[in-house]
Amino acid sequence: MENLKKTVLYDAHIKQNAKIIEFAGWVMPVEYEGLTIEHDAVRNNAGLFDVSHMGEIEVTGSDSLYYVQRLITNDAEGLEDNQVIYSLMCYHEGGVVDDLLVYKFNKEKFLLVINAANIEKDFEWMLLNKGNYDVSIKNISSTISEVALQGPKAQEILQGLTNYNLDNIKFFYFSDEVEICGKKCIVSRTGYTGEDGFEIYTSNENIEKIWNCILNEGKDYGLKPAGLGCRDTLRFEACLPLYGNEISQDITPLEAGLGYFVKLDKKDFIGKEALINQKREGLKRKLVGFEMLDKGIPRHGYDVLVDDKKIGFVTTGYLSPTLKKCIGLAMVDINYSNLGCEFNIAIRNKTAKAKVISKKFYEKKYKK
Amino acid sequence: MMVLKELLYSKDHEWLKVENGKAYIGITDYAQKSLGNIVYVELPEIETELSAGDSFGVIESVKAASDTYIPVDGKILEVNEEVVDDPSLINQEPYENWMIYIEIKDESQLKELMSAEEYEKYCSKEV
Repeated sequence: MENLKKTVLYDAHIKQNAKIIEFAGWVMPVEYEGLTIEHDAVRNNAGLFDVSHMGEIEVTGSDSLYYVQRLITNDAEGLEDNQVIYSLMCYHEGGVVDDLLVYKFNKEKFLLVINAANIEKDFEWMLLNKGNYDVSIKNISSTISEVALQGPKAQEILQGLTNYNLDNIKFFYFSDEVEICGKKCIVSRTGYTGEDGFEIYTSNENIEKIWNCILNEGKDYGLKPAGLGCRDTLRFEACLPLYGNEISQDITPLEAGLGYFVKLDKKDFIGKEALINQKREGLKRKLVGFEMLDKGIPRHGYDVLVDDKKIGFVTTGYLSPTLKKCIGLAMVDINYSNLGCEFNIAIRNKTAKAKVISKKFYEKKYKK
Repeated sequence: MMVLKELLYSKDHEWLKVENGKAYIGITDYAQKSLGNIVYVELPEIETELSAGDSFGVIESVKAASDTYIPVDGKILEVNEEVVDDPSLINQEPYENWMIYIEIKDESQLKELMSAEEYEKYCSKEV
């Protein structure tokens, strides 16, 4: 595990007996007490995730809005100050550079939160596309730590640690004036679990205090530290995409069913032409949800077969801890994408039957 | 971590209980702990003949699928359907809940396996 990066909270995880894995060049906690226990804690009470590996890019300057608009597929034009949107950032060919959260402080200052595995690639892409925009683009990832407090009891727990009225932070809004345990933070009502909750950003030196304060405050609420293991099962059940699985350089947002976040009527953005063409010509493949009819757990990368011919691949699959069923997401030939369609999943040396179902595996419990 | 004195152990974290040229095989306490909650077990067909190092089955946690490897040449005599029906039994009692029962083809291969003491040492190095 040499040359791997550690978050500031690494020692705190070791103290909590976390099982550590390598992820995207980082050593991160995959689970503490156990994946399923942590998964259930987030669904029923709350979980606290160290997501300090995520990247943060700050965009400032008089052309910030126009520059961000050029980069992203969603429309930031109508955003209020202190509002957040989810978006994709595409290549000219329509494939995805990354998915990200866009925090608008004001017309001249944005914070872009990107995936850990893509920080360098994204930053280079952003610099490459700076053009003549009057902006300054700074990769501040290494100075910022982040934790995510997620679950139905997240607000109650966090409210105990701040004088700021958290009701004022609506779904996909943020405040940079929240003090938690006396430490200044950016707090947004966002997350990656399908539950209500907050993502909390602060400078590295404050994070350990905040981590411990929240865990302590949450004790009576059933809060648990939660690892990357359940982060993935939770986001999967809520059908939130993961870069490298549901989206990638080779998969467009339209194929991944993320058309809602692609505003083709927006003036101009990178990838627009390719995506308009793809839409006009019609999709040849598409992301679907499926449920296993035969025994077996579908996993990322397994082939999807019809009459022994490959018609797609599994992007993510699990024995869902909430639904207790073997379900998955797969990128399949458009001819096999309708609800009720049946195909086979190649699981090791066997095939097991599966059926297309709605991707809404789990009804999101956002507080809007 | 728990080990039982009377068993033999493989580097892939399987245990063997050898009796009269036959053996029960399961996974160790160390293995079940590092896998986490086991949710799915797949076992071979009876009568299958396997060589040392072949995969004889699969154990899956929520997170991932892991192969299990037979440490000696052998023929499958029985499989434990109870752990297929309730995979969590392996988490609860890894040494009670065997996976396969085999006829050992070449008993000289048993020499390659570790005693409880050797296995404990081996695991302490792996961490």
